[in-house]
Amino acid sequence: MTVALHQHPRAFPVGDVILSVENVSLAFGGVKALTDVSFDVREHELRAIIGPNGAGKSSMLNVLNGVYHPQEGTIRLRGREFHDMNSHEAAGLGISRTFQNIALFKGMTVLDNILTGRNLKMRSNFLEQALWWGPARREEIVHRRAVEEIIDFLEIQHIRKTPVGRLPYGLQKRVELARALAAEPTILLLDEPMAGMNLEEKQDMCRFVLDVNDHYGTTIVLIEHDMGVVMDISDRVVVLDYGRKIGDGTPNEVRSNQTVIDAYLGVTH
Amino acid sequence: MATGVGSSSALDARDTFPKLLLHHAKVRGGRPAIREKDLGIWQTWTWKHFADEVRALACGLAEQGFKRGDHLALVSDNRPRLYAMLCAVQCLGGVPVSLYQDSVAAEMAFPIQNAEITHALAEDQEQVDKLLEILPQCPTLGRIYYDDPRGMRHYKQAQLMSYERLLEIGRESFERAPAFVETEIAKGAADDAAAMFFTSGTTGVPKGVVLTHHALIDRSRAAAEFEGLDDRDVVLAYLPPAWIGQNIFSYAQPFVTGYCICCPESAETVMSDMREIGPTYYFAPPRVMEAMLTQVMIRIEDLWWGGRKSFHYFMDVANRVGGRILDGEPVSLWNRLQYFLGEIFVYGPLRNVLGMSRVRVAYTAGEAIGPDLFKFYRSIGINLKQLYGSTETSVFVCIQPNGQVKPDTVGPAVKGVELKFTPQRELLIRSPGLFKEYYKNPQATLEAKDAEGWFRTGDAGYVDQDGHLKIIDRVKDVGALADGTLFAPKYLENKLKFFPYIQEAVAFGDKRDQVCAFINIDMDAVGDWAERRSLTYSGYVDLASREETYALIAECVEKVNADLAREPELANSQIHRFLILHKALDADDEELTRTRKVRRGFVGEKYASLVDALYSGKDSVHIEAKVRYEDGRSGSISADLRIRDVKTFAPAAARAAA
Repeated sequence: MTVALHQHPRAFPVGDVILSVENVSLAFGGVKALTDVSFDVREHELRAIIGPNGAGKSSMLNVLNGVYHPQEGTIRLRGREFHDMNSHEAAGLGISRTFQNIALFKGMTVLDNILTGRNLKMRSNFLEQALWWGPARREEIVHRRAVEEIIDFLEIQHIRKTPVGRLPYGLQKRVELARALAAEPTILLLDEPMAGMNLEEKQDMCRFVLDVNDHYGTTIVLIEHDMGVVMDISDRVVVLDYGRKIGDGTPNEVRSNQTVIDAYLGVTH
Repeated sequence: MATGVGSSSALDARDTFPKLLLHHAKVRGGRPAIREKDLGIWQTWTWKHFADEVRALACGLAEQGFKRGDHLALVSDNRPRLYAMLCAVQCLGGVPVSLYQDSVAAEMAFPIQNAEITHALAEDQEQVDKLLEILPQCPTLGRIYYDDPRGMRHYKQAQLMSYERLLEIGRESFERAPAFVETEIAKGAADDAAAMFFTSGTTGVPKGVVLTHHALIDRSRAAAEFEGLDDRDVVLAYLPPAWIGQNIFSYAQPFVTGYCICCPESAETVMSDMREIGPTYYFAPPRVMEAMLTQVMIRIEDLWWGGRKSFHYFMDVANRVGGRILDGEPVSLWNRLQYFLGEIFVYGPLRNVLGMSRVRVAYTAGEAIGPDLFKFYRSIGINLKQLYGSTETSVFVCIQPNGQVKPDTVGPAVKGVELKFTPQRELLIRSPGLFKEYYKNPQATLEAKDAEGWFRTGDAGYVDQDGHLKIIDRVKDVGALADGTLFAPKYLENKLKFFPYIQEAVAFGDKRDQVCAFINIDMDAVGDWAERRSLTYSGYVDLASREETYALIAECVEKVNADLAREPELANSQIHRFLILHKALDADDEELTRTRKVRRGFVGEKYASLVDALYSGKDSVHIEAKVRYEDGRSGSISADLRIRDVKTFAPAAARAAA
């Protein structure tokens, strides 16, 4: 699969470091999920985290998103240090994410699911919303418009009113991306966005990820299994193995890194 | 409400589309002209808005060097901006040329070179990419306007300009010289070329069919008056604009009557958009009609048994009396009561689901429609009718009038059309809607249209007892039996193929004394039928050679024969003998074209021994055949094929029985 990437000057050129992970270690009892991992993410960048099964990729994402709290190390967002950030705070700081196992409301329509992504931006109180009165009404119109723009962007108009549970997997993934975008994140965390997809769905997803980066300038951190996809679309790649960082750099640098090759292909001892 | 049809002298003054636009902007400026669903909400352009947009566009185009007689290519789905551009081009005396959005780049090169197209409107990045790809072969193309700016930020080609920018330039120019467009519109005459359509060109290179304002407006008006269309009608524009029919239904006719067209949000949302809009005037080719019916039937199968039972009960009622009620024929009170209940519980809700609750007039055309399919829609109260026409005739040649709808004819000639037949039964047409010429192809024009203005359709047919035109086949395929009577193989094959059990049929009979046929069973339908009868079989060859299958197919063929016996012209074409082929005809074996049309001549030669057996009176025939598998290997099949005689009917007896 080849995806034409960044043939043109970017509307949002890669900027300064926006998020940095410094010497993070995370353990569940005796199991060390992450050991002394450091890397950074620059603004408007497409950053990938790869590694074999159980390398600690999802744990890393959960740390970034405030679900897990590392025992050691710090996370800085725009220079500010965070220790025990919870996921609600993370969302408030502009970090959105999608999940490896889709976490949508199956019985709700696509439109309503995406609207939930606007939750943090809603200001009117419960009573006003229940009565759909004055400010609540105006507010809903604003949010609905934002959601409709995302629907248009991701080309899912035809399923707008369909309950999510009835959709094929590839489309559910796209809806999840839409919900994450609805929060207008500055950093978007994608946990295996192409897992379980067929080739065509993967190509579509790649295009949407690139478009999001290009159009909204969103900084994207993605975990992915499919090496081809990662190498084609990301700017820089972090490689994890057994919870440790074993490589970091541009796709080409990582590809020629002997330690990485060994981790993926195995070495004779 | 005004209907838009005024005194005849006033009509004469509105003899071009731009003049009609100005008229509507004045008379019904506040009424909706075009709607489009954008970001989930239907947005409306009134006639006044439409006219303002067209004015600005025309000024912009003129600024960009577009001159009278120039051609502009439109590569876009149905969108208000497409139609605005179309009209703007006509304002300046140019000719819009719509191209199919789904053509590949190479297919667009010919029309652009042929018509020396200088400007183009592309809907989005995808279409721009295609045009840029063929730019080296099309040196005349100097300007490409694009509608949707998404993804276009990186494009730096000098030829590109956004629609928005063009509009801006146009508005500035309009401020400077507000009278310019009106003057240009006034220069336009009825006999100017209004549009050009490239025919699909299944035979040879495509030809550009040039149609004048007069031809399009005259036919649109005739059909609109025939059906009583007015500015309260609503149409959903969902077929490719490059097809003449879409242009008629969503441009020419709204300009004549002032009705509103609606553009769906995307190709995938057409069904739900249709439900929201509820069009009153509708067109769909038979394959769309069939796809909708299949969807409905699948959902019915999922119902609980009571729901299913009542659906089938009321569909039986509809099948018996629905069509007659629609045609205003007398029906007994008991039947009316049953139909009334069905209307409440089944037909009404069903029409609603199909988005056809408000449909007053629905057309189907393009290919033969199966009588059962046709009857289904009519029986649930949808006024589905057939029409006959082509690009060269501005569509409307024949339309079935309300109350006189027959599944196998296309109705009498529309006002203004004359029909005539050659001794070979080829249909000739003279009509005010005829095309002006094939662009830059005087040879082809001369072959198609003679000095007296008769257009050769290439279709064979006749006019039946009620004055309805019946098309039977392409002239080149029509032959004669040994006794000189008409033999129209495709007509027979279509009749056979309307049965779900028959996938393909090949009829033989040219210069023979009787008609015989090859049949291909439809594996899914016959397999399902066999399963329900607990009939075991090992595969296609086995199933095709079963006595039970032969009996099933013989029944179908007999029904066709009974039908044919009722038609004096075709009574001799009844099928006397048939055999079921041991394999499905396949494009890989060159038996079908890539568009799945039977290559009758090739099949006849390839299976000459089978044809001989059909005519020799034998009961069975042995065949050894080479087959090519999809992986390139080849093998051979040997089988004994049965040949079966079928009952035929005497013409008079059939009429008595009917």
